[in-house]
Amino acid sequence: MASRYDRAITVFSPDGHLFQVEYAQEAVKKGSTAVGIRGTNIVVLGVEKKSVAKLQDERTVRKICALDDHVCMAFAVLTIFIGLTADARVVINRARVECQSHKLTVEDPVTVEYITRFIATLKQKYTQSNGRRPFGISALIVGFDDDGIPRLYQTDPSGTYHAWKANAIGRSAKTVREFLEKNYTEDAIASDNEAIKLAIKALLEVVQSGGKNIELAIIRRNQPLKMFSAKEVELYVTEIEREKEEAEKKKSKKPV
Amino acid sequence: MKRQLTCLSGQFWLWPSFSVASLLPHQTPVTNSWLASSKLHSAPGMALQDVCKWQSPDTQGPSPHLPQAGGWAVPRGCDPQTFLQIHGPRLAHGTTTLAFRFRHGVIAAADTRSSCGSYVACPASCKVIPVHQHLLGTTSGTSADCATWYRVLQRELRLRELREGQLPSVASAAKLLSAMMSRYRGLDLCVATALCGWDRSGPMLFYVYSDGTRLQGDIFSVGSGSPYAYGVLDRGYRYDMSTQEAYALARCAVAHATHRDAYSGGSVDLFHVRESGWEHVSRSDACVLYSGVTEAPGARARGGCQPCPS
Repeated sequence: MASRYDRAITVFSPDGHLFQVEYAQEAVKKGSTAVGIRGTNIVVLGVEKKSVAKLQDERTVRKICALDDHVCMAFAVLTIFIGLTADARVVINRARVECQSHKLTVEDPVTVEYITRFIATLKQKYTQSNGRRPFGISALIVGFDDDGIPRLYQTDPSGTYHAWKANAIGRSAKTVREFLEKNYTEDAIASDNEAIKLAIKALLEVVQSGGKNIELAIIRRNQPLKMFSAKEVELYVTEIEREKEEAEKKKSKKPV
Repeated sequence: MKRQLTCLSGQFWLWPSFSVASLLPHQTPVTNSWLASSKLHSAPGMALQDVCKWQSPDTQGPSPHLPQAGGWAVPRGCDPQTFLQIHGPRLAHGTTTLAFRFRHGVIAAADTRSSCGSYVACPASCKVIPVHQHLLGTTSGTSADCATWYRVLQRELRLRELREGQLPSVASAAKLLSAMMSRYRGLDLCVATALCGWDRSGPMLFYVYSDGTRLQGDIFSVGSGSPYAYGVLDRGYRYDMSTQEAYALARCAVAHATHRDAYSGGSVDLFHVRESGWEHVSRSDACVLYSGVTEAPGARARGGCQPCPS
């Protein structure tokens, strides 16, 4: 039944599915896992980095991108796209142009919600035209607005977007989301360091080889965005492992 | 990427080409939508002509003075600028409007005489137009142009407020207005306006002119009476004035201008934009105000003529 209604993007199936869009969502599930966390004064984006081939230049493999960076106000919008890398590149380019056009027409930098809505509208357009396929990407978009409130949005190939406190996309997104649902508490995000650790812990659930396969970026309120180097991520990972050991020691001592 | 860089009103041109093209009887629906969808990605404007090669018999191409974005068709032999220069009415932009910002908000004041040459078309017009709760515009130039463009600005700001959940800043409003008007540069629009508002960054004042000039400042006066008003304003302006001092300064400046400028007169309107919104403070007759201002004992001491040494 599905095969009769999934060839063209602009055709609904009798039970109301747009199969091409759903297949695009499947494409996203093949991408690496990414997690986004909205703290009180910080937003964190982390992504699993696939191991780089020996001859490949590691510095050029970056998944987290800045969409806009307002120099005077230390404002930035960070994003990560999971799914088809080439699609991601095209959408990032359009979003960056839109950020600057907005500044040109309206003098103010974009709000995170505005640029998310732009990306989502763009994705939706491609689900409703003939001759084109949907973008096979989901995005996590984080940033601070003028009013200093941190925001995290997620978009998917169908063009819907929602605001989240914490979310994950890509392979094993379900596992990570369940972990976040259990562990995202007011205490967990109380300090910036705790929020960063929560993001790393969430990724460590699914990432095989630990710290060197995690890429992390944060924005603190009123500060420029910061991309973590592998060493800094390692520091956090060792701290997390130490805390885990101490917690286990405490647990094993209890029955005595 | 060129189309991405056109401002909002540039996008508007793409949609008419889509819908009108789909109504053409000679083309099959498939080719139609293909052409239309490819039109969405090509240069804006002139899409109708491209698709069906139709040219109105008594029009000519756009004159070199006209902006490219519109794709205008004008009557043959007619270049609007030269036409207006020869045949148009002599529009003297007679008015005095002023605006200045200070600690407690922005004051906007204007006279009320609408003149058309030496004929007073209306002695009691209102030259300060509210745009929304926290934004006023003083108008000078052609009244019709000012009224129209303010309505367009109101619409733009309202749409943006609905989409974004908050009103755009005064800087945004000024940018939008100047961008909209600069697309008609060379077509003899005349709008010289000061946008006075209170937004997230406090009291703000912008001067916008129809050739696209957009300036931020603390004091602006526009119109034929502005030199006289500037004299009084520059003398008495301080950022830390009290509200009453500001009212007195504004009234005094417009009154002096109406006294000396033939094209300003009638009454003096005074508006104040505070944090809570704009407020119409008073409308007082210009002559009464002027005599009140010059007879006050302080006025003579402050700015009256010194007797000649004999």
